[in-house]
Amino acid sequence: MSDTELDHLAVASGRQTLADVPAGVNPELSIEHVSREFTAPDGSVVHALSDVSLSIYPGELVSIIGPSGCGKTTLLRLIAGLDHPQSGTLSLAGEPIEGSNPKRGYVFQQGSLFPWLTVEENIAFGLKAQGIYKEHKADVARYIEMVGLHGFEQAYPHQISGGMAQRVAIVRALIDHPDVLLLDEPMGALDSFTRADLQDRLLDIWEQYHMTMILVTHDVDEAIYLGSRVVIMTPRPGRIKEIVPINLDARDRVSDEFAAYRKQLLTKLHFDAHEEHAGDAFVGDAQELLANETPADKED
Amino acid sequence: MSSLITDLTVPPAVRATRLTTREAADAHGTRRRSAENPRIATVPYPMTIVFTVAGFIIAELVSLSFPQIAHVSFPQGQLWIFLLTGQEAYRALLVNLAVVYAIAGIVDLHAADKREYYRSRAPFRFAMGVALALWDIAGTKLQTLPQPFFPGPAKVMEAFVTDGGYIVLNTLYSTRLFIAGFIVGVVLGVVTGVLIGWFDKAYYWVFPVLKITGVIPPVAWMPFALTLMPTPFAAAVFLLVIASWFPVAFLTAQGIKGTPKMLVEAARTLGASTPYILFHVAIPNATPSIFTGIGMANSLSFLTLVISEMMGQPGGLGYYIDQAKAWSSYYKILAAIVVMAILFSLIMKIIEVVRGRVLRWQKGLVR
Repeated sequence: MSDTELDHLAVASGRQTLADVPAGVNPELSIEHVSREFTAPDGSVVHALSDVSLSIYPGELVSIIGPSGCGKTTLLRLIAGLDHPQSGTLSLAGEPIEGSNPKRGYVFQQGSLFPWLTVEENIAFGLKAQGIYKEHKADVARYIEMVGLHGFEQAYPHQISGGMAQRVAIVRALIDHPDVLLLDEPMGALDSFTRADLQDRLLDIWEQYHMTMILVTHDVDEAIYLGSRVVIMTPRPGRIKEIVPINLDARDRVSDEFAAYRKQLLTKLHFDAHEEHAGDAFVGDAQELLANETPADKED
Repeated sequence: MSSLITDLTVPPAVRATRLTTREAADAHGTRRRSAENPRIATVPYPMTIVFTVAGFIIAELVSLSFPQIAHVSFPQGQLWIFLLTGQEAYRALLVNLAVVYAIAGIVDLHAADKREYYRSRAPFRFAMGVALALWDIAGTKLQTLPQPFFPGPAKVMEAFVTDGGYIVLNTLYSTRLFIAGFIVGVVLGVVTGVLIGWFDKAYYWVFPVLKITGVIPPVAWMPFALTLMPTPFAAAVFLLVIASWFPVAFLTAQGIKGTPKMLVEAARTLGASTPYILFHVAIPNATPSIFTGIGMANSLSFLTLVISEMMGQPGGLGYYIDQAKAWSSYYKILAAIVVMAILFSLIMKIIEVVRGRVLRWQKGLVR
């Protein structure tokens, strides 16, 4: 079977593996030659992203993986419109991306819920902000039900667990019916059991809504388990090293196929890291880059 | 009492150390006692009510039966529709206190947590009654305290009986002044604080001014206020506005500035406009800080209120104190102080209740 045939099969079974640009399908999200640099306090320039190009197709779930400081969060923030590139273009469905828009939902790592609002009010925030709460009031209860938060509507964020808080954060972004859901290490701060549960819930949502999702993670297993493609990024300057299509028959974390993918990805990640940035110098660079990358990173 | 006397024979240095260790042990013990000590917890609840009320009954008995050695006259006055002396008013007050606490004890019977609170307050309330009895003996019965500076409780009640109407009038004047100045000051403070915290230009130009002028005690502006304002009342309002404006503006600005970037960005990605973010993210985020500012403004306003009334107001509790001082009527000063304690506690309580309501989301998040 050729690669293209494999891809078609995968698309038919709900899993798309789009290693090459398929004919006749326009990318939903186009990132073309995007660069973003930050100036460190000492005046040195850090290349967070350097000439990054990536096309993402409708209904894809793309994982972006790489060591700290490789620019993966910067890329996600650019897509969200929270930041601007120095050069290059980003467009969603042919429209250039300018500023943030609920059509590009964003889920932060943690602590992004409004502490003074209840679970219900947090979820309804986007609807109220856009003045469409009245028409979509019923959605709130439906989404609460969907992620199993029934009974916690009136709880404040500090009264619920970290896993529940992230479910609220996901649903809060989903209620605006985004075309693309951007996930910035949404499970980074969770324990492995909660994380596995949330990964499956995310997959359910992805399958149910045929939504395009971009997931930034530093967990190789998560990247393989969720992604139909894994984008490997390397730091200094931040750029895409390789895109690995994932073609698993079933989502099974202990299968030989899964292990093979894990080995492949780990080899690429570690080998690249050591080859280009030997020893402590790399760690230092990464930390410096992280410190300057995004305000969100700083707060962590 | 006896331990106190023996303590006096011990050299001061030793006494001090002994006291500290005892105090430390006490501080340690109180927490445990109220929560766990089975001996106190098993005292039947009706006995707690008796214990609470006993102090006031002792005070009543002292007032009724302790021999009146010193020569004191009790002129009659009118309190509402009652014609009575300060002595009688004091006795009536004690009875009322005893009855109110007894009723409170019966009302609190229904809920376990309220019962527990009532039980925990019992020793203090008992001590209040005993303290009144001791004050009565030292201030009225024997007059061992220097007169006329420290009159007994009956004499303080006399101020209310003979001068009640005037005290009420001055209390109303103070209350009106406080409400006008404090509310205007807090509203102005929140508005300026939000502007300074949100707009960088406003921060650049106004914040340094606020920082420099904020440390000046508001009463220092008094001469200007009295000259520039049309009436003394307006002058005092102006001072109170300054007193409450600075701390509220300062802390509101800090609260707005301290809004986590992540929350602002989260709101942005959810489609919130900048004004919406200001009102639904930045201001809610600043509310704990705003209330800290209001608390500070509150204490500073009380101070400013009384001092400005003492220096050139035609009324108010400060004015009343100033007037009473001129006549050496120290019992009236004490009466005014009692009124202030009640009035200001009441205002603090109201603010506390509002704060609890607005910041109910913080419950369990902070201590």
